Amino acid sequence: MRNSTKLILLTAIAIVCILLYGFYDIKGGFDYAFPKRMLRVTAMIITGIAIAYSTVVFQTITHNRILTPSVMGLDSMYQVVQTLIYFFAGAMSVWVLNKYLNFGAAILAMVVFALILYRFLFRADKHPIYFLLLIGMIIGTLLGSFVTFLQVLIDPVEYLSLQSRLFATFTNVKAELLFISIGILFLAFLYGYLIMDKLDVMSLGRENAINLGINYDGMVMRILILSSVLIATSTALVGPITFLGLIVANLSYQYLVTYKHSIHILGASLISIIALVGGNFLVEHIFELRTTLSVIINFIGGIYFIYLLLKESRAAG
Amino acid sequence: MIEIKGLTKLFGKKPVVEDVTVTIEPGTITSFIGPNGAGKSTLLSMVSRLLEADTGEVLLDQNNVRKWKSSEFAKRVSILKQANYLNVRLTVRELVAFGRYPYSRGRLTAEDEKFVDQAIEYMNLADMEDKYLDELSGGQKQRAFIAMVIAQDTDYILLDEPLNNLDMKHSVQIMKILRKLVDELGKTVVIVLHDINFASVYSDRIVALKNGRLMKNGTTHEIINSDVLREIYDMDIPIQEQNGCRICVYFNSHT
Repeated sequence: MRNSTKLILLTAIAIVCILLYGFYDIKGGFDYAFPKRMLRVTAMIITGIAIAYSTVVFQTITHNRILTPSVMGLDSMYQVVQTLIYFFAGAMSVWVLNKYLNFGAAILAMVVFALILYRFLFRADKHPIYFLLLIGMIIGTLLGSFVTFLQVLIDPVEYLSLQSRLFATFTNVKAELLFISIGILFLAFLYGYLIMDKLDVMSLGRENAINLGINYDGMVMRILILSSVLIATSTALVGPITFLGLIVANLSYQYLVTYKHSIHILGASLISIIALVGGNFLVEHIFELRTTLSVIINFIGGIYFIYLLLKESRAAG
Repeated sequence: MIEIKGLTKLFGKKPVVEDVTVTIEPGTITSFIGPNGAGKSTLLSMVSRLLEADTGEVLLDQNNVRKWKSSEFAKRVSILKQANYLNVRLTVRELVAFGRYPYSRGRLTAEDEKFVDQAIEYMNLADMEDKYLDELSGGQKQRAFIAMVIAQDTDYILLDEPLNNLDMKHSVQIMKILRKLVDELGKTVVIVLHDINFASVYSDRIVALKNGRLMKNGTTHEIINSDVLREIYDMDIPIQEQNGCRICVYFNSHT
């Protein structure tokens, strides 16, 4: 099958998923239920694209297929921000109740954290991938323990409210935040479109890219910023879905045979939409909400992650 | 013209290249030779702006290479390093086509395709142009990368040990092609070589480095003699003439 055929196939599946989610078993007031469903689907599409896009470009400039911004501790950082807000300001504070403030603070903290982390990790001197992975794991564990420590001290009622924020959910997405996210994403995409050809060259490695006239080190920093803004936006909007980026990016590498980023970004985005919309459909109508999508994705993603690690270490050894 | 002026590079506190001043003559093959750790590759990396120099400067047509716009510089000078591991899966033709990036930004014109065809032809890769690089032998891969810089069509071609991984036949083939690029197309080639016989037979000028310092810079004729080579390599290297070529016989067991 040619790449274009595969992309059309993926688009078709994505559309079927969206239609199913939008129209399946609509009872009672169509006028009430349909707009609500569409709001959720929009959130899923936005999140799906943001995660797929940021993961693909992140993996290109870090020259690996295992690390993603989420695995490197960005998701843990989100939990830290929210927990700190609840711990110091409380569930009734303006930092929680004002959704813009909460949204902005979460994005800002994650982007700053990511940039500090990347500055140390992805300088000109190269670290082996397992070192980076280990650092990511340690940071994740450290932040995780810190979060747990604070959560133990929080008032149990506030803790319940906090907990709902720490799991990815599409059911109570705020329409206003969705519009802001679409705006941010649109700007990021516009910039991403302009540098698409540079991404292809950068995947040849630093030396070849510089030879071909790319301002490599400057581009790396700009793309890392782009990638963290995207992932931070999607996390702040719906919560962390740690392994989704890893799954969709690698499925796209396996399924679509090309070096072109335009195709992989499109492919990974479609797979991502299918996973989120189709997954949510299954969760809501088949499992009848007895589980959540992030649990399923992290379960499948975790297994896939181990598979990739084993495959990579066999290739290296 | 490329002028290297007082170039120094420190790794930590240790200088790997120290106060080197050389001018690359246009229209020649210039070989960088010297023992391991002499700083040949580092020097080449600084000339091609892969590495930043600590002091000194490199001028291309009287302008510091750091001040050149990267995309314009890429149309004048190309560099190929010795380790070429790729994370992406590319066919030979796709790789060679990347050489046209400075001109076409990824959208190949008919003229670009012509350059790609020529480069593939030049490196004898026509029968494997649709093969993936990971299916090729080390030597074939190396030739594909060289084809990429040929497609880049720069006045200056810098190559860091391009004969690594190559057998004698392909080494000679590549040196002959480089000779052709210089003699027929007027290119300038700067090449880091380990085997001084390739330097002796195929290059016009030789730059000899040792411990980061410039030892000698002259025509091949001036450098390839036993006295100079003893200074560079600390060993006695008898030289024999064969059809006008000077061959260094360094496989001498009783020294």
